[in-house]
Amino acid sequence: MTDQAVDTAVEELTKPRNQWLDVWDQFKTHKGAVVGLGFLIFITLFCAIGPLIWDVDPGKLDIRNKDVRPIYMAIFDSEAKTSWARPMGTDHLGRDIMANTMQGGRISLAVGWTAMILAVLIGTLVGVFAGYFKRLDGLLMRFTDLVLSLPILPLLLVMMLLFRDPLRAVFGPEQGIFILIVTGIGITSWMQTARIVRGDVMAIKEREFVLAARSIGTPARRMITRHLLPNVLSPIMVSATLGLATAIITESALSFLGLGFPSDFPTWGKILFDSVDRMTAFPERVIWPGLAISLTVLSVNYIGDGLRDALDPRIRGQ
Amino acid sequence: MKLKTAMLGAAASFAFAPMAYADGHEGERGRDGELKIIYWQAPSILNPYLSGGTKEIEAASLVIEPLGRYDETGALIPYLAAEIPTVANGGVSEDLTQITWKLKEGLVWSDGSAVTSTDVKFTADYCMNPEGGCAQLSKFDGVQSVDIVDDLTVTVTFDKPTPNPYGPFMGGQSPIIQAAQFADCTGAKAPECTDANFMPIGTGPFVVTDFRTNDVWTGVANENFREAGKPAFASLTFKGGGDATASGRAVLETGEFDYAWNLQLAPDVISSMAAAGVGTPVSAFGTLVERLEMNLTNPSPDLAEGVRSTVAEPHPFLSDVAVRTALSMAIDRELLVEVGYGQAGRPTCNLVPGPAIYASDNTACLTQDIAGANAMLDAAGVVDTDGDGIREKDGVPLRILYQTSTNAVRQDFQALIKEWWSEIGVETELRNIDASVFFGGDPGSPDTFQKFYADVEMYANNFDGTDPQAYLAAYRCGNEPKPDSQWQGENINRFCDPAYDAMIDELATTADLDRRGEIARAMNDMLTKDSMTIVPLVDRGRVSAHANTLGGVILNTWDSELWNVADWYRTE
Repeated sequence: MTDQAVDTAVEELTKPRNQWLDVWDQFKTHKGAVVGLGFLIFITLFCAIGPLIWDVDPGKLDIRNKDVRPIYMAIFDSEAKTSWARPMGTDHLGRDIMANTMQGGRISLAVGWTAMILAVLIGTLVGVFAGYFKRLDGLLMRFTDLVLSLPILPLLLVMMLLFRDPLRAVFGPEQGIFILIVTGIGITSWMQTARIVRGDVMAIKEREFVLAARSIGTPARRMITRHLLPNVLSPIMVSATLGLATAIITESALSFLGLGFPSDFPTWGKILFDSVDRMTAFPERVIWPGLAISLTVLSVNYIGDGLRDALDPRIRGQ
Repeated sequence: MKLKTAMLGAAASFAFAPMAYADGHEGERGRDGELKIIYWQAPSILNPYLSGGTKEIEAASLVIEPLGRYDETGALIPYLAAEIPTVANGGVSEDLTQITWKLKEGLVWSDGSAVTSTDVKFTADYCMNPEGGCAQLSKFDGVQSVDIVDDLTVTVTFDKPTPNPYGPFMGGQSPIIQAAQFADCTGAKAPECTDANFMPIGTGPFVVTDFRTNDVWTGVANENFREAGKPAFASLTFKGGGDATASGRAVLETGEFDYAWNLQLAPDVISSMAAAGVGTPVSAFGTLVERLEMNLTNPSPDLAEGVRSTVAEPHPFLSDVAVRTALSMAIDRELLVEVGYGQAGRPTCNLVPGPAIYASDNTACLTQDIAGANAMLDAAGVVDTDGDGIREKDGVPLRILYQTSTNAVRQDFQALIKEWWSEIGVETELRNIDASVFFGGDPGSPDTFQKFYADVEMYANNFDGTDPQAYLAAYRCGNEPKPDSQWQGENINRFCDPAYDAMIDELATTADLDRRGEIARAMNDMLTKDSMTIVPLVDRGRVSAHANTLGGVILNTWDSELWNVADWYRTE
């Protein structure tokens, strides 16, 4: 009897549950987050792998087949100009809308991810340094306030003016603008992350385990990487998801204003901008890119919500 | 039965009576409330002498007026002048070197002071100031002196016989400004006089009360306007900015504004907006030509500022006429018209598409010929040497930066032209710039059409009046925008040909109309068909829109669209 009891106890000890499995279990209970994750995976695959399957050049003009309606229009209106070769229709110059949506999504998502990673890196760095080293705190936080007060659109316009030509010369027109926009969005959206991280780091710094670690002589470098960062991971990840959404929206806004990428370079915002004139006659041309932007942002927000719950050990398991 | 008919007749005449009064549309000044005009390019200044943009010229035409204007048929009509001087009435001297303008009697500025010949002379001095970089300098081409005869009379003396002496002080580009207000704003100080440039005192139907640059300006009726009972509107809101779609909607669909200028929208878009029944699109053909301008100088960012896009450095491949011709041959102008303008445009190969006597019979460019363009490049030795699909000339690949203003139709044109050029081995990078910046003329911005930091740019331009002499004279050697003229100047391509300059001079001394037509057509051909410095695409009719409640609008392509705003009225 006793032996058996010991055996099961040992068995339980040898099979410890990974904490990430716990996180996943908690995450799964948030329905919105799961649906959001599913959609994000779908849209990412649609944009990343889609063009390999749907092998149509998004920039190719086919003026004879312009203004083709999406295939489902045939259900409502048998007169509508539809074609199975153009399932989502074509625009007023005969460009394939499906290929454009895929290509546009690639750019929009790439801008979103890159700008978000940049913003989170800067934000975490500034936040940790400001929270951990008292001497840097005032300086870094005033700098954060300064950047917070910069309006992003005029700033991007000025950046465009100053750096467009040098970047274009080095990286080519599309790559140059990409770097410019990503940097612009990245360096103007790290401040929230920095403030949140600073606050958390300051609170954790006063806890007993940090004191214990310090008493055995842990250097600052180890203290940050070993004890502080893992404990502020949850707010960082949440603000990262929000940052991704903001970056996609900002890029769309820029493209919608006719700034940003060249006119023959589709992004979701750009497609939306080009379609507004014919919005009443061809609503699908604004609905699809608009829906793609909204749903991506919404799903990312839900993922962030779910992650916050899942990463918080106090909520987990309740 | 008879009685009934008579009663019906009486009732009908009562019913029609108010309409008769409405058509008379006369009454006291300011009876019709507010007039709201929307221009989707916002004016940045109200002094046309400091800006080449149409938006500034037209906005300013509400406030400051020239001595005479052109009406919708191209005929000359006096505004501040008592009559249009001609040889027949003795106003123009027999040897064609002098024109004597006489002002109307009793004219006053909006501040109450009298308009005198001093103001007219001052206007000429202001623009012809050598330090100034005046944007309308070509209107004063050949003016030797402007002399005051008496309080109301000035004589303009030209340095040679000038058969069309209506350059200075005629049309919206050359209005009279008040000497008292601008006295300290001459020469290099001109751009610094913000108050005067934003709120000029004028003789026009409206007075500026508030001016916000690149946004909106408001005005009230000029109490000292010379015609009693005009303007019909007490106040004016002139909104600028946004885009053509928004301004079209504001007039044609929602009725928020009364008049929208230059609706450069796809034809199907305009007709679907007009279906709302709130406003009416109006169109007329003039001399407005959408064209590609080829940069004959090198716009490479590697060059130092001050050398870039100046005559110091010729363009590495666009200076070759074969390349320019091939680029033109690859374009299908019929399709561009179909996509962009419909009824409001027609394909053209001419810089001067009208009036008929000045229009060349040049139609060779109307058929697209991609094979011919390829053959021409091959023959000129511009071939693809490194196998990347792009041709090279002397080792420089044909990569073109093609810029224009942000506008849906222009972006469609860019996409189509890029596609055709790729078929002849030319790679194109597209760039679109906000219209207020592109046409703004700010010497500090790298993105203005005058600076031309690109290989090819596209926009539309026209001349007012019916005589193309001043327009063609813009392409004189040395009239190009350059750093020492604060990047002002109208020879956008940096074209320079002594033979062409000689023809400018000849045109300026020829009085015989047939001979003038011949010279002007030859000059047009030199710029277009022979050298393809300018590649005309579409002769654009101008489409503007007014609310159905706004009466008196006569669309004029020969002068400012707002030329007769004093006669506008509310129909309800």
